[in-house]
Amino acid sequence: MTKALLDIRDLIVEFPSRHGGVVAARQVNLSVAAGEILGVVGESGAGKSTIGNAVMNLLERPGRIGGGEIYLKGEKISNLPDHEMRKIRGKRIGMIFQDPLTSLNPLETVADQLIGTIRTHLDLSADEARARAISLLDQVGIPDPAVRVDHYPHQFSGGMRQRVVIALALCAEPEVILADEPTTALDVSIQAQILELLKDLVRQRGVGMILITHDMGVIAEVADRVAVMYRGEVVETGPTAKILGDPDHAYTRSLISAVPRPDIRLHRFPMVESIERAGERRELDLSTHWLGKARDFDTRGGGGATGPLLAVKDLEMVFRSGGFLGSKASSLRAVDRVSFDIRDGECFGIVGESGSGKSTIARLVTGIYKAAGGSISFNGTDLTKLKNRKELNKHRRQMQMIFQDPFSSVNARMKVRDIIAEPIRFHKLSGSESETRRIVDDLLDHVGLGARAAVKYPHEFSGGQRQRISIARALATRPRFLICDEPTSALDVSIQAQILNLLKDLQEELGLTMMFISHDLPVIRQMCDRVGVMSKGRMVEIAETENLFVAPKDDYSKHLISLMPSYSGLSEREVGQAEAS
Amino acid sequence: MIGGPRRVAQEVPRGAEMFKFVSMRLFQSIIVMLVVGLIAFGLFRFVGDPVNNMVGQDTTLEEREALTESLGLNDPFIVQYGRFVGKAVQGDFGMSYRLRQPVSDLIAERFPATLELSLVSAFMALLLGVPMGIYTALKPKSLFSRGFMTLSLMGVSLPTFLIGILLILFFGVTLRWLPTFGRGEVIQLGWWSSGFFTASGLKSLIMPAITLAIFQMTLIVRLVRAEMLEVLRTDYIKFAHARGLSPRLINFSIALRNTLVPVITIIGLQVGSIIAFAIITESVFQWPGMGLLFIQAVSEVDIPVMAAYLLLIAFVFVVINLIVDILYFVVDPRLRVQS
Repeated sequence: MTKALLDIRDLIVEFPSRHGGVVAARQVNLSVAAGEILGVVGESGAGKSTIGNAVMNLLERPGRIGGGEIYLKGEKISNLPDHEMRKIRGKRIGMIFQDPLTSLNPLETVADQLIGTIRTHLDLSADEARARAISLLDQVGIPDPAVRVDHYPHQFSGGMRQRVVIALALCAEPEVILADEPTTALDVSIQAQILELLKDLVRQRGVGMILITHDMGVIAEVADRVAVMYRGEVVETGPTAKILGDPDHAYTRSLISAVPRPDIRLHRFPMVESIERAGERRELDLSTHWLGKARDFDTRGGGGATGPLLAVKDLEMVFRSGGFLGSKASSLRAVDRVSFDIRDGECFGIVGESGSGKSTIARLVTGIYKAAGGSISFNGTDLTKLKNRKELNKHRRQMQMIFQDPFSSVNARMKVRDIIAEPIRFHKLSGSESETRRIVDDLLDHVGLGARAAVKYPHEFSGGQRQRISIARALATRPRFLICDEPTSALDVSIQAQILNLLKDLQEELGLTMMFISHDLPVIRQMCDRVGVMSKGRMVEIAETENLFVAPKDDYSKHLISLMPSYSGLSEREVGQAEAS
Repeated sequence: MIGGPRRVAQEVPRGAEMFKFVSMRLFQSIIVMLVVGLIAFGLFRFVGDPVNNMVGQDTTLEEREALTESLGLNDPFIVQYGRFVGKAVQGDFGMSYRLRQPVSDLIAERFPATLELSLVSAFMALLLGVPMGIYTALKPKSLFSRGFMTLSLMGVSLPTFLIGILLILFFGVTLRWLPTFGRGEVIQLGWWSSGFFTASGLKSLIMPAITLAIFQMTLIVRLVRAEMLEVLRTDYIKFAHARGLSPRLINFSIALRNTLVPVITIIGLQVGSIIAFAIITESVFQWPGMGLLFIQAVSEVDIPVMAAYLLLIAFVFVVINLIVDILYFVVDPRLRVQS
């Protein structure tokens, strides 16, 4: 091994509490050399960020280093007193945080923040520090740095702010950079730029970088070596190609198999059950069960044969802001004359970057927003023209939505039973209260949570389990059309794979039609039959999924597809297994 | 500094933004004052009959009619309201029913007493409350912090009049250090009467000011502490630590400024309420301020005084709100410069 710049030996981090406490990192050994990027990958709770905080001696109370040592160029830096540590933070080890929107002080200009940091570590005059600040902004690729330096953080876009954060981390030419999920909060195209920038910095300056992330795509893109963490332990370390292509540890294998593949479409995600034990799904006999029965659209002989289930035509939505007494009104055309059809039984994907208007379409279709123009025909009826509430509810019952954030989309003060029973009661879909209860229990079994979940409250469940509650709630109206708005983007990959598998199964069993909104191209490829690509409120291309990935027509789609991480190292063995299963 | 001209260039739109912002707020303030004026005017119209309040038992119906006509009470509502607003703007609130003096004179006589008391206690509350709030947030486990928090709990829960009476009992009656009522000697500076320049005036001020300040101070301690703890948990503070900045810079430059943004609003309103609700303290210490005047006016249905007091307090709040908004504008760049 090359001479290590930062060397972590047998690190143990504990969070003691009255009930014995938690060990967040046990016997962790990591090292990074100059000019090298070490990727630390793992799912939430694996202890990745704890390692970074321990190196900086910034563990949150009551966390502490319980054992082991950390060396920087052979010099021991663990358990240094705070005033000694302050000379290392920022000066010798720089840190980059996840969310650029919250990691800058909103009240100070970028210049003040940079100059403050530079002058803390380097003996420079105010003018020299300012010149250095401008040159740093230039180096991280901020155009017109001499002007931008006097702007406040809120005047920068997310990607630009992350560049400012990187400039701040570089202020005193650190030898090591710890990047904790540096691109997680960014759009794909911005992510690609930031990763490119980080790679360049490492190559040109010869710094060592520890890149902490949950995203295998990011690892494949930039890391030289990878350490895989699982429940506080490093289970496997090695060169990126080896870890991604031919992993030894069972956890690494299942983690990699859970990553949606951008290059090939699989029927299901394999092997994911070994990670977090998914609840046993109890299949229902849908020919006799309530959920399969009286699906009034089935009785009309396939219904959709006459036309698309959902036909959206020239849909428009404008958001206005300001405009009170003298202040100039500004308007944002969030959805601009968008038209598309969704056929009965298909899964239609909508992909685009943040702010492209994807979620607005979902909200327009479900009636959360009122359209400014255009029509939305569901099963032949134009919903924008319907005035009668009863009629509208009849149609709305058939379309249900699953939201992105599993934490805020279920009522925390209701028991799971009542959450799922609410739509049944509202639409009066069951004859009696005891029948409702039985239906709720069956639904919970069906989505793999088990009927015992009914008497619990949402906070007792993990993110993935809550998303199952959302799915059960959506199924409770016996819908025909399901709108999933980024249903898995808040979840870990293995949980994501489970939820996506569940959605696929449900779609097949119940003949659901789906509108699947995501920013994640690999997920879209695994889930959707056809895809619409959105950019700045317009739908620039609609194509069969495979056609879009193989031969995109529109320039923006081409750009988007080209930014997808390649996973060149993923093994064919895994693919072979996946296809066989 | 390099880039000096650039900074100047940025000031211009900032000034324009500021002007627009302030004129907007001014306009809204005027609307608020007109609405409060309507309520104050409503007092005359609907609480009792002004003619009844002026005439004796043996006035004939004709004389009453003549008086009503001469007072303009037969004019349409809107005309009367317009007249009321017009006079109020000039400081004319009519005659006090009880004291047979112009209300404006009464107010001018009482207003300095209340304002001096309020300002002194507001400064006390701020100068002690803000540092204590910061201290308890930065050192939540220290003995002093625990002591402050316990005291502040007492401050919040003890009623103002009780604190006042206890102070009188201890320092006034037992120790005989401080006078127990009134303003002491005052010096006239034009129409303004001030107690700041005589020993007895200052001594008289101490107990009422403390009484009035304690509740506000404890509130400010708790507010600053809660906000500061919130700010200290944010990512930008963590990032500042990760850059090796000194704790002094982080705590007092970054954290404190961010704490003050939300705190300013509430502190502003608190200062307003010190002026508005000095009534209890003024009653306990027989302080010859507006609160005392108001209490007496209420008990005797002295409507012109009540209306004037209502308008004046509304005006104080509107002015404080305006100042708070401008401060906000100065402290928070997100309001100043649009992205």
